[in-house]
Amino acid sequence: MDLRPGADSCYKCTSCDTSCPVAEVDDSFPGPKFQGPEQWRLKRKEDTEIDDSITGCSNCMRCDGACPSDVPLSQMHNTARGEYVENQQPKLSREYIRNRILANYGTLAGLGSKVPRLTNAIMGNSLVQNVNEKLLGITAERDFPEFADRTFRSWWKQRGGPMVESEDKRIAYFHGDYANYNTVEVAKALVRVYEAFGYEILVPDQRCSGTPMFANGMLDDARRSAAVNVESLGDAIERGYDVVASCTSCSMALRQEYPELFDFEGTETVAANTYDALEYLLINENVIDPLSEVDADDHDIPDFAYHAPCHSRNQGLDRQAVELFRHLDGVDVADVGDSCSGISGTYGWKEEKYEYSMEIGEEMFEHMEHAEGQTGMTECPTCSMQMEHGTGYEIDHPLQVLEAALVDTDVEV
Amino acid sequence: MAIESDVVVIGGGLAGATAALSAAREGAHVHLISANESTLRQASGLIDARGYPDPDADLDGDRRVSAPGPLVDPFAGIEDLPENHPYRVAGADALREGLALFDDAVGDLYRGGHTDRNALVATTSGRAKPTARYPRSMAPGVVSDERPMLLVGFEAATDFDASLAAERLSAAGVPFDVVGTTIAFPGEYRADAAVTRLAHALERDECVGSAHGENEGQGRTTRQRLADRIRPHLGDAERVGLPAMLGDARVEEVRADLSERLDAPVFEVPTGPPSLPGIRLADRLFAALDEAGVSMTTGMPVVDFESTGGADGDRIDRVIIDRNGAQIPYAAEQFVLATGGLVGKGLDSDRERAREAVFDCYVPQPDDRMQWSKAGAFADHAFARFGVEPDGAMRPLDAEGVPEFENLRAAGGVVGGADVAREQSASGVSLATGLVAGRTAAEEA
Repeated sequence: MDLRPGADSCYKCTSCDTSCPVAEVDDSFPGPKFQGPEQWRLKRKEDTEIDDSITGCSNCMRCDGACPSDVPLSQMHNTARGEYVENQQPKLSREYIRNRILANYGTLAGLGSKVPRLTNAIMGNSLVQNVNEKLLGITAERDFPEFADRTFRSWWKQRGGPMVESEDKRIAYFHGDYANYNTVEVAKALVRVYEAFGYEILVPDQRCSGTPMFANGMLDDARRSAAVNVESLGDAIERGYDVVASCTSCSMALRQEYPELFDFEGTETVAANTYDALEYLLINENVIDPLSEVDADDHDIPDFAYHAPCHSRNQGLDRQAVELFRHLDGVDVADVGDSCSGISGTYGWKEEKYEYSMEIGEEMFEHMEHAEGQTGMTECPTCSMQMEHGTGYEIDHPLQVLEAALVDTDVEV
Repeated sequence: MAIESDVVVIGGGLAGATAALSAAREGAHVHLISANESTLRQASGLIDARGYPDPDADLDGDRRVSAPGPLVDPFAGIEDLPENHPYRVAGADALREGLALFDDAVGDLYRGGHTDRNALVATTSGRAKPTARYPRSMAPGVVSDERPMLLVGFEAATDFDASLAAERLSAAGVPFDVVGTTIAFPGEYRADAAVTRLAHALERDECVGSAHGENEGQGRTTRQRLADRIRPHLGDAERVGLPAMLGDARVEEVRADLSERLDAPVFEVPTGPPSLPGIRLADRLFAALDEAGVSMTTGMPVVDFESTGGADGDRIDRVIIDRNGAQIPYAAEQFVLATGGLVGKGLDSDRERAREAVFDCYVPQPDDRMQWSKAGAFADHAFARFGVEPDGAMRPLDAEGVPEFENLRAAGGVVGGADVAREQSASGVSLATGLVAGRTAAEEA
């Protein structure tokens, strides 16, 4: 794709650098302006390689929102990182192997979740964690996420698929790997909330959205995943389904990164018909009135410290949870500020990035501790890990709060 | 279905924020939609109302009779402005009420509300800019103050050449001695470190390791070391100006600490983007909007709208934002257009004509494109006054003088009739028109 017009649009105001959470803590990282338009220009020269500082970008994509001139910064970063990995990064290096493993989390999770208890025991073993760090460069500071006893897809199958049928209200659920293997309760909450509003749900075939692959420059892996997703979701859209995702990085990938990086038939159609799960409900249903009838105190719904993930911010969705739960009596949902959580998917799992990741997260941890609520809330599974890691709080997804308020209480929706 | 509210405001700059706050305080539920992060984050943080009189009032033909000086009182002579000037259109009290709304929203972050008179604030280029309101952190730097001044620049912050600024201020005849010097910011940062990085270093005030010599700075904090480096240059100076990066939200704490260490008041000199005073102002205004119950969507442009014909003309039912291809409808009773002018992209132009970008409202302009501009960068260009022409309720009018839509109002840079760059009135126009647009929208929502 021609990035020339984008590079020419940059007038060097450095707003992107100011918004970059990595440049804020890592002096070896020259910032998004260099990684984007400047690097693009430099590498026009044939003998110029991509600067290896590109691997320092965490792919939070905040620079996109900060740019007043619509320079496609994250597209430039993704493209440069992909080229760097393909042409310059040795395929037998520890970094490449580690990044490939992190980027393809779903493949490993598929294996591990076949024997969840055994996998949890092994991955929770401190010896294994130390070996991971020494051998692979995956930090031993973090606890590996636990696998659910049963995956969401297996639950869905055993349940017999959808409980509600509808001709005109139909969604295809893109759960992604994490809600399938780890936070199955988020996926179940989506099903229960949407069925309460009368939606027929389809759980189509799918692979990883590609977010961790983009972030590690594994564009071939991402392309393979995206091809499967675009075909499968495209079919569903043709049959009258809109696509919804519960993870804001997944919806971000389907809506923005796919059209920016790939040109499969139907890529644009999938992007134009994909929504975040809460966003879609707010557009199409009256959620506010039923929510206003509930008193949270009667149903043990706690106060929350809410963090908006960068990828929800990039979709303009950073305020929706806070504004919606204003209508739920008895609950205080405090926005813990606009900083990045610091984990950025796989970034904070890398041994050499861990300290930076925690330094970026410091502001969010502080704000969480000052907030009234002792429970966290966010849409992003890895932000959730970081919030829990930094504060010890339990973290819910907004869909789980909606489930507690609207489904468990039998309010008429 | 759609996202519903009483009033939708399009645009997250000063005009949009003012309109949203004004409407919310009248009791309307407001949704503010901004295509990008607020442009206030790029702004200097100064709030000008009217800095210079009509620049052409003293022209004899094309020959300038006398250089117009800055205005002492921005309110004086508003009634003599052209009829289509936004201050005339919005009404006699709009500017005063807009400033009052601003003062209330920003609280003690700002100074200048105690008087009708303009303050003169020293800028990084060594000009004295007339301004109606200025951040508290800039207060000791006002040019009417006669205490001797030291300006200090940082090697890393190249857009502030302190010596040059000092020379220019002296040449302009300021009533005090001023010298400038450049020092290295304490600590080890890359040469082009983001200003926020340095601001946060001052705010956190952690101990910094040795930067140059073996033991230099050991055990001393960023602020202590900065004060140490400034002290030898103090001379007779009784106040010290630094580029506006003295912390983020806790600027007053940083300033008080440095002032105490130097035994002289320390102030900020407004810098270009990205601007900490602009970021602080955006944060404060958006916190006020949040408190007023305003809903906000940032990062997505309005790309389309739907309207129906009514008894009194067309009526906008909803605007559509584009979320990476998905079209999201926002319905409301009233809409406020606060998308900015040619720079802010509320006005778009090609080789044929300039047009308003969202609703294609009528924009008066010369037929011949050669008449858009004149020779000379700061001449009286027609394009500088381009914009929609509203009625007293801030509704943009068509070529026949009839409202384009019965429920659309305009505010800020998208409103034509004033050369705000030459008048130094951009903020005041945003406040005055934003106030009226928001209030009249809420009254009819």
